Amino acid sequence: MTGTELSIAITGAGGAGVISVGELLLQAWAKEGGRGLLRKAFGPQIRGGESAALLKLTETERYTAARQYDVLLAFDWNNFTRFGDEIRIARDALVICEPACDPPPEVLAAQPRLLRFPMARLAADTHAEGRVNMFALGLLGRLLGLPLDSLEQLTLQKLKAKPEAYRHAAIACISAGTTQAPDCELSLPKMGAKGAWYMSGNQAAGLGALEAGVRFVAAYPITPASDVLEWMAGGLEKLNGNLVQAEDELAAINMTIGAAFGGVPSLTATSGPGLALMTESIGLAVASETPVTILNVMRGGPSTGIPTKSEQSDLNIALHGLHGDAPHLVLAPLDIADCVFTSGWAVNLAQGLQTAAIVLSDQFIGQSTAVISEPLRCESQVAGAQDNDNDYLRYRLTDSGVSTLAIPGDADQRFTADGLEHDEKGTPSARDDDHQLQLAKRARKLTTYNYGNAWARVQGNGQVALVCFGSASAAVNEAADLLARQGINVRTVSLRLLAPLQREQLTAALEACNTVFVVEQNHGGQLFQYLRGMMDFNQALHSYSRAGPVPLSGHAIATAVAQEVTV
Amino acid sequence: MNLIAKAKPKDYKSSVKPIWCPGCGHFSVLNALTKAFAALGIDKDDTVLVSGIGCSSRLPAYVDSYGFHGVHGRGLAIAQGLKVARPDLTVIALGGDGDGFSIGGNHFIHACRRNVNITYIAMDNEVYGMTKGQASPTTAADWDHSKLTPHGPGVRPFKPAALALASGAPWIARGYSGNPNQLARLIAEAVEHPGFSFVHVLSQCITFCPEQTDWKAVVSEREAPALTDADAAASLFLHENGFQTGVLYNAARNAWPPEQVERQSTDITEGFRL
Repeated sequence: MTGTELSIAITGAGGAGVISVGELLLQAWAKEGGRGLLRKAFGPQIRGGESAALLKLTETERYTAARQYDVLLAFDWNNFTRFGDEIRIARDALVICEPACDPPPEVLAAQPRLLRFPMARLAADTHAEGRVNMFALGLLGRLLGLPLDSLEQLTLQKLKAKPEAYRHAAIACISAGTTQAPDCELSLPKMGAKGAWYMSGNQAAGLGALEAGVRFVAAYPITPASDVLEWMAGGLEKLNGNLVQAEDELAAINMTIGAAFGGVPSLTATSGPGLALMTESIGLAVASETPVTILNVMRGGPSTGIPTKSEQSDLNIALHGLHGDAPHLVLAPLDIADCVFTSGWAVNLAQGLQTAAIVLSDQFIGQSTAVISEPLRCESQVAGAQDNDNDYLRYRLTDSGVSTLAIPGDADQRFTADGLEHDEKGTPSARDDDHQLQLAKRARKLTTYNYGNAWARVQGNGQVALVCFGSASAAVNEAADLLARQGINVRTVSLRLLAPLQREQLTAALEACNTVFVVEQNHGGQLFQYLRGMMDFNQALHSYSRAGPVPLSGHAIATAVAQEVTV
Repeated sequence: MNLIAKAKPKDYKSSVKPIWCPGCGHFSVLNALTKAFAALGIDKDDTVLVSGIGCSSRLPAYVDSYGFHGVHGRGLAIAQGLKVARPDLTVIALGGDGDGFSIGGNHFIHACRRNVNITYIAMDNEVYGMTKGQASPTTAADWDHSKLTPHGPGVRPFKPAALALASGAPWIARGYSGNPNQLARLIAEAVEHPGFSFVHVLSQCITFCPEQTDWKAVVSEREAPALTDADAAASLFLHENGFQTGVLYNAARNAWPPEQVERQSTDITEGFRL
């Protein structure tokens, strides 16, 4: 563990403003230079279900989900208990609740410092329209030592569309919460540099895509990807781009392909069920060599699964879901800040290599908000093909496999893009030689391209390696730290580029290791199976795969690894 | 619209030879389309034909413009994405009755509703030709020529014009492959219409529905001007025999998306800095 951490859970009914408290608290914390993560947990209901703001205040930007909570503020116990094991209370935790109701046995079992505080009554006493969540914000702000004026200013900004009386009531309640907060000792993490950014992974992925040039998005609403689209709608408007809310995912991917054919970098965002619907047309993008990016924010599956919770179980469909031989790109951002880099990289690669790129984000990083240093951008661009021949051939067989991409409006390079197999000109063909040559061309352009060092984040040295992809990276690196304390040195490899798999680089990264654990958040060990099928390993190979909805835990991973290697 | 050629129709044809059967109605549609292009003096480089899958969807390759031959049923989605992203282009979607009204039916409904400035030419031969003659959404209930539905599909056929109207299409025409001159006029007018324009073409399948050669006896040009009132159009489309040709409905409606206004801020990162 690096430095002090403080985890705070705020629970209540959906629509009660629990998330607002978490957001404002983290924003005020960040303004002082603090680092932290806000995870949002919901039941399936829109209003009246359970809702939790799960804060983890830290001294580093390696954000894992909190294992247990040092502070719990529960507006009621009914909603708290619906989360079950997802919110565990630390021993001696500070538990703040209304005096009227007794905490459930699992809370009392932790022998908490119980602070029964009539928050609802005090909020009502403060102002006729006073809301208890704003009172709680003031109270928690005081416990964290946050300046009142900062809380007030952030709240007014958030409520700027609300009526004057509503804003006035909020400010009065925050102030009352601050002044009436009891004195409690909390061990607070140290502050870092001020001027940090505050964003969710979904926003970060949207930003990366727009900065990489995306100016057209078509999509169909789906949890947990809708907030990417909501952010991009505003962003695209600023950049004179367009967002179309399509009638379904089939339309969304095809509109995206149409816009991309017009030369406008294009993206669609979805989650598992939507990705499943899109697969036929992603194959069209591959065959017609039309560049598109598909941001897939993974959730629990299969079928409707657990829409509001995270899982890394769409790897199989992303890698293998297309019919025919359809080589394409699959990438995964490693954390919230990396969503900017990876989605930008995906767009650049899709554009340059004229194919489909699937980006596997997930609900955990997508819908969590974090305080981060200004994120790294992807600067690498794929060099375009040079076609000096007078006779334009859209699907010309080149050494790199990449052909010159003309777009409508270009003079005298007219062609018909086709999902039917075709010859170099684009004319439909069922000939053996055309099929072999075009298949090889589309495979070649992905396999011969030099992806550089961004294929993975490789950290640490040791005889044990933990290999993972995407958002599992933070938990895996937390596990590595915990194992190091037990004298087990670990190398971690967090894969950012999953297809094409960078086999040589991965083999080299694992050269000094004798044991490899493949860590992932799904039931079937999808990455494990993929790596075993794609590579030969000299090492003892183990699978650690645990499905959602509970986030991967560095502690649980470390325990499993220690058990195996110390036997 | 009287067509006076600004270029030659054959200049708009590509060198790719159609796969269609001799006598297929789609040849006439191809001729009408290139004739309309010639009359409008359309710039080949700024024109895109988009299609799905089926006999008729092969058409883009036969025209010397840009083209996109997509997957089954999704041509309208590709065409709308393209037009929204590139409003400077002339975009024409085309395909058959199975492609447009069955597998692509949802896109048809929403394209009518959305009213993006494209033209959609549905070449309706009441049959799936490419898969060897199965019933489509416009096939008569008692058409028993397919082994798949040996007693006929047994369900009422769609009325494409009525569906288009109910979904909000602002401009609806019907043409006939047996009258390519009229069809060329209709297509030219559709392309000029500033919004979604739907051209329903009765285009006979000589191979699987030879009885469609009898259409020429029942097809008639509608004398009256295009209806502008939706109630009157609804009444027409629900009660007519489906063989009246001409511009049937033309209601003024603003196309989507509206023109963009200049933004005050172009900084997309400002919300992330506290």
